[in-house]
This record gives sequence, structure tokens and C-alpha cells, in this order.
Amino acid sequence: MRTDFLEIGNGKAVDRDRIPHLAFDDFRSQAMGIVDGGGKVVQYFAYEDSGGIKLLAVLRTDRLLAAGCDAPEAYPAMSLTSEPFHLFERELAEQFAIRPEGHPWLKMVRYHPNYRGREDVFGNNYTEDIPGNYDYYAVDGEEVHEVAVGPVHAGVIEPGHFRFNCIGERVLHLEIQLGYQHRGVEQLLMNVDARRLPIIAEGIAGDTAVGHGLCYAQAIEALTDTTPDAGARIIRTIGLELERLQNHVGDLGALSGDVAFLPPANYCGRMRGDFLNMSLWLCGNRFGKGLVRPGGVRFPMTDVDRETLAGRLEELKPQVRHTMELLFATPSVRARFEECGAVSTDDAHKLGLVGPAGRACGIAYDARRDFPTEHYAQLIIPENAKSTGDVYARARTRADEVLQSMDMIESLLKDPVQTQCDLPSEFKPMSSAMVVTLNEAWRGEVSHCVLTGADGEIVRYKVKDPSFHNWNGLAMSLRDTGISDFPLNNKSYNLSYCGFDL
Amino acid sequence: MIKTLQNRFEQGYRTSRYPKEPIQLPERYRGRPQIVPDAPAELAAHCAAACPQEAIDADSKRIDMGRCVFCGTCERLSEGRFVKFTQDFEIATAQKEHLITDGSLPALADHAKQHFKKLFGRSLQLRQVSAAGCNSCEADLNVLATPFFDLARFGINFVASPRHADAIVVTGPISRNMKTALLQTYEAVPAPKAVIAVGSCTLSGGPFRGSPEITEGLDQLLPVDLFIPGCPPHPLTNLHAFLSFFK
Ligand code: SF4
Ligand code: SF4
Repeated sequence: MRTDFLEIGNGKAVDRDRIPHLAFDDFRSQAMGIVDGGGKVVQYFAYEDSGGIKLLAVLRTDRLLAAGCDAPEAYPAMSLTSEPFHLFERELAEQFAIRPEGHPWLKMVRYHPNYRGREDVFGNNYTEDIPGNYDYYAVDGEEVHEVAVGPVHAGVIEPGHFRFNCIGERVLHLEIQLGYQHRGVEQLLMNVDARRLPIIAEGIAGDTAVGHGLCYAQAIEALTDTTPDAGARIIRTIGLELERLQNHVGDLGALSGDVAFLPPANYCGRMRGDFLNMSLWLCGNRFGKGLVRPGGVRFPMTDVDRETLAGRLEELKPQVRHTMELLFATPSVRARFEECGAVSTDDAHKLGLVGPAGRACGIAYDARRDFPTEHYAQLIIPENAKSTGDVYARARTRADEVLQSMDMIESLLKDPVQTQCDLPSEFKPMSSAMVVTLNEAWRGEVSHCVLTGADGEIVRYKVKDPSFHNWNGLAMSLRDTGISDFPLNNKSYNLSYCGFDL
Repeated sequence: MIKTLQNRFEQGYRTSRYPKEPIQLPERYRGRPQIVPDAPAELAAHCAAACPQEAIDADSKRIDMGRCVFCGTCERLSEGRFVKFTQDFEIATAQKEHLITDGSLPALADHAKQHFKKLFGRSLQLRQVSAAGCNSCEADLNVLATPFFDLARFGINFVASPRHADAIVVTGPISRNMKTALLQTYEAVPAPKAVIAVGSCTLSGGPFRGSPEITEGLDQLLPVDLFIPGCPPHPLTNLHAFLSFFK
């Protein structure tokens, strides 16, 4: 299909004037056309521009496509027939009071007043400070009962509310209400002093500090025409892969714990710590905070560092491999993982699932392979797609990625890495430009989109964590699943509350 | 079965001997900041201006560890001539003023409340509440349950119900949307109870300071007994704080 959308590059700045500004109806029909033809929504948001409100969409096929238009006050919802827009349209309504008419499920996303001071689309009264203040979707019937969990959960974990409608043990529907973690991140990023930006970016989701830190740094680099040296790109790649290892290994242990098979639960907990300590060695922070900054990295990889990290990895690798073998060879584990919480490929496409959650359903997309940044173009990223979409597929995908990440890091530590850690402290972004950055963090596609104004000031900073796509995948997994399998499904995704809530 | 046993042998015994034996953290780890007292005033001012957290007072040459996110910018900029981060992770304090430091910290154990030691010294049950934490602070508390730290060997546990808890451990900058749930959880903990604030966010708003969506400091809402700085605090910082304050 021919469209007016402009092809853009990942992490390449474009002059905002070059982005096609379409009539709204053309914008809408072309965007829907691209998505209905198999495209996905990377970004779709509104921003203020010379007194008016504009929309911008970045879609992806095997390319990245961008176009914008003037925002109407209301319009016929795209989600009605083009499901991947569903949450983006709700976010648009919440942030800018633009009403998608006929939207199949127009409810708030994060519970905050809109940025324009307009009448609230959802009719909320924000002087009441509880986002759970909302009529939940309810299933009628004498035998139906509801289970409400959260916002404060039983473990040491972020807050969110889960509402189950059940018949006996069987979940008919799970509704997930988030927003408790909302810190006003996008507004902060647009208004604070530049020196605070990397600190905030790394705190968007602390378990994805490198992923978000990279998206931020690449955006600033694109807007200032800065290219990090080859060594920095290798160190950043190692940082992102370590983050993947920490989280995947930890979650595989937690999955094992959830099916009451304790050996891998304990081993993984400890080994996850060892991967966190590799990040600590590299940059002084277990979560990789402070490693990535615009222009490169702040810490070198000396030969001593290389040997230390390679030595630790060499010791860990067989332990991890054997623990994975033990986990997946244990019949009681297989019995619980298999056919639990399955999502069909078709549903996964409609929900727009990304990362391991998408790959578990047969969607091979991996930003490291499809839109490579840093050192990824030189690495081989396997497809990792599975077909069953169940807990087993999600766990297996993540275990496969664990083994691959260890190989990648091992190969990157083989040769000396030279980088210049003397980074510029001031940046002057180019004026009236736009950049979108994508990275495959451990949960999937993280994306930041930055628009600058006439003086190079940031006029819009849009953040998208992969959890934005995937929470509805968890809800879908619970359909017709026993409520006691909720923890297992939840861990198989392990989504971010704060990454979603911003 | 053979596999299970083989794995068990391969994994070995992993529990740390801390606090009986000291632990050395790697060189790049940024623990207690040490100010160089005779650093030139311009250098101090330069660092203060570059600090993303406005945590440095150049005149008194002090760092507010409650605001600091331990990003290391000041150390890099001054090449250690104004601030140097030590590997000392034992940095929690019992009073907010103690967080503002030139590098010397009062011993936490000396400032602990004696009645807490008596009440909770042998058994301390904690209810953690994440109030918009980024999941780093939460994760590095959670990790205390893993075999390396093995918090339970000290009689300290994280529990699910606030009714079973002796203290709440709060993380995050207390978003507007979590405030009520946090206060209700606090109410549900039976008295006498302790309040522990973990991480820069909870101490001062951290990276999110200035946002209308948050509260800049848990002490504005609740009486805080124990302040644990960091972004996030190292698990050993948390462990040291719990042990020194309650045991
Ligand atoms: S380490 Fe702390 S005091 Fe130093 S610049 Fe960073 S936030 Fe400021
Ligand atoms: S203090 Fe730092 S690590 Fe802790 S919740 Fe806040 S941003 Fe995250």
C-alpha cells in the first residue's frame, strides 16, 4: 500500500518540517491501513505546537514510518477495527482530552488530569486520589465472584490493582488497573534542567535502566550529531545484555519457585545477584545506572575489567546452563508450565505484544535484529519465536535468550575494548527536529521520541516502555485460566508498573 | 534426581559471612562520599552547579545524601579533588540531619532507639510498600531473601500482612496515586511500629523531585526512624541498617 508516511531511521534525527503533515482523515486511514496490513504502533501521541495540538504516529513494518496531523477534538476511534491503537488512544484521551468516539474500552490509563486543563474525558474527579475509583468491568451471574488484589501486593513488588471475575477457580476476565506509580515523568523530562535528564531516564523503570538510558542517550546523540566510539558501543551492548541476564535469570528462578520447585529458585536468585554484581563492577551500580551517557559510556573496559568479567562469566555459564536444564527437565515443572495461560498468535498481533512475550506467541520481532543500534548489527540475533504462547513458551524464550546473551558477552569480552570516557557535559540539540529511538531491552521494545523547538529546547518527550504493550497480554493469558495460576503467568511476563505508569 | 543432586553440588554454599567478616565492594561502587576539606572553593561551586540533584552545598562543603543519587558526576568532575566516593556501604542514619555530611557519619548503632532493640531485636517483621519506586530499590530489598544475604538467619523477614509487621519499609517518591494506600498500610501496622525510608526518592523525591505528582520526603507524612540513602541503596547498606538499628 502506498502512503504518505515518511521512512525514518532508528536514532536518526529528522527535520520536523520533513515529517508529512496530513489532513486528519488521510492520517487516520493511512495509519490504520499500515497497521491492518501487519504494521505495529511504536509511538502515537499528541503534543502542543504553536498554540495548537498535533498528533504524531511512528509505525513499524520492516521499516519505521512517521507522519503527523492537526489533532481534532474528537474523532472516530481507530481501535474499533485496528486493535493495536487501543491503549495509545486511551493515553491520548487522558493526556490531551482528545476523544476517540466509539472506542471499545475508553477508560483512564494512569489517573491524572489532562495537560490542557480541559474537561476530563472519563469524568474523573482528581481531588480524590485513588485511581481504583472506577467502575470495573463486571461479569453478571449468580455464581460469579470477584477477587480484588492490590494496589499493595503480598511481596516486595510495585503496586497495581488486579480485579478477577471468576466462576469457581476459573478466571473469566482479569482487569488490570495501573496508575499508582505515576510520577509525571514525561512532564518532568520536558521541563527540567538538562543535567537531570539521564538520572530521570534511568529511573523510568529501574530494572530497565540501561534500556531507557540508551534510548535517551541515543536521542540526544542524534539531536546533537554525536557518534559514540566503537568501544563505547560494545560496552553499552554488554550493559544491555547484562540487564537481560539479570532479569531473565531472576524471573526463571521465580517461576520455579511459583511451581514449588525450590532448587532453581534459590540458584537463580543467587546467580542473578552475580550478574548484577558484574554491572556493579563495570559502573559502580548494580542496575547499570550511570553507565550510559550521551556520547558514550562513563567507565572504560580495562583489560583487568575484561578478564574479571570474563572469568566470572566462565564460572557462571555452566551453572546457569545446568540450572536451566534441571528446570526444563523436571516433569512437575513442565506439567505446570505447558498449556498454561496461552495467548494465540492472532491475539498477540492485535495486542501488539513485544519482546519475549511476543516471541513466545510466534512474533519473531526483535529490535536488536530488525532495527539494530550499538554493536548489534555485528551480532547474530536468533529468531527465538515459539508457537504455543503459554508460560512454557515465555519461559523457554527467556531461557534461550539467557544462553545467547552469555555467548554474546563472552565474545565481546574476547578482544580489547578502547573507549574515550571523556564525555561532553553540555549539549545543544538541533532546532525543530524529531528523533525516535528503539532498543530491545529484556521485556522488549523500549522507545523514546523527542521533539525539539526553534531553540533546540525539548518540546515533547514521549516514553514508551514495552510493558505498555504487554500488560493486556497478561490479562489475555488469564482468560479461562485457574486463578491459582495467576502468579505463574504474572512472573512469566514480569511487567513494569512504573515503566507503564511513567 | 541425579540432576538435582549434581546441581546442588555445583552450586555449593553461598551465604555471606557479613557482618562477622567484612566485605569489600568493587572499586567503582560509590558508597559514603568523602569531601576533601581543603578543596578550592571554585571547585566546590563547580561540582555543586553540575550536580543533577542539587545535593551539594558548596559553602559548607557538604553533600546531602538524602538528595544524592550517587551518580558520581561530582567525583568525575573534580577528579576526586572535591569528592571521593569510598567503598563504605554502611551509610544509613537515624536522623535526617545526619544525611548532610562531609564524609563523617555518626555510628548508626549509637543512635538506634533502645526500645526498638528490645522489642524487635530477636524478631523483626517488615512490610514493604513501594510507593512509585522504580523497582531498583524494591529489587535490592527483595534480594536480601536470596541465599547470599539470607536475611532470615537474623530473624528478619518480609511479611505480606501489615498486621503481622513491626515496621514498614517504604520505597519510591510517594506518588499522589499511592499516598492513600501507603498511609492505610501504615495505619494497619500495630503500634509500636517503626518506619524505614529506603532510597533517594523516599528521602527527598530523588530523581523526580519537583514533580507535582509526588511527595518530596516520607518524613512529611510519617515519623521516619531510619533513613537509608542510595539510588538504590546496596543490599548490604540495607542489611547493615537493619542490623545496627534493631539488633
Ligand atoms: S554523586 Fe550525588 S552529589 Fe555528586 S553529582 Fe551525583 S547526585 Fe550530586
Ligand atoms: S531512589 Fe533511585 S533506585 Fe530507588 S526508587 Fe528512586 S529512582 Fe529508583
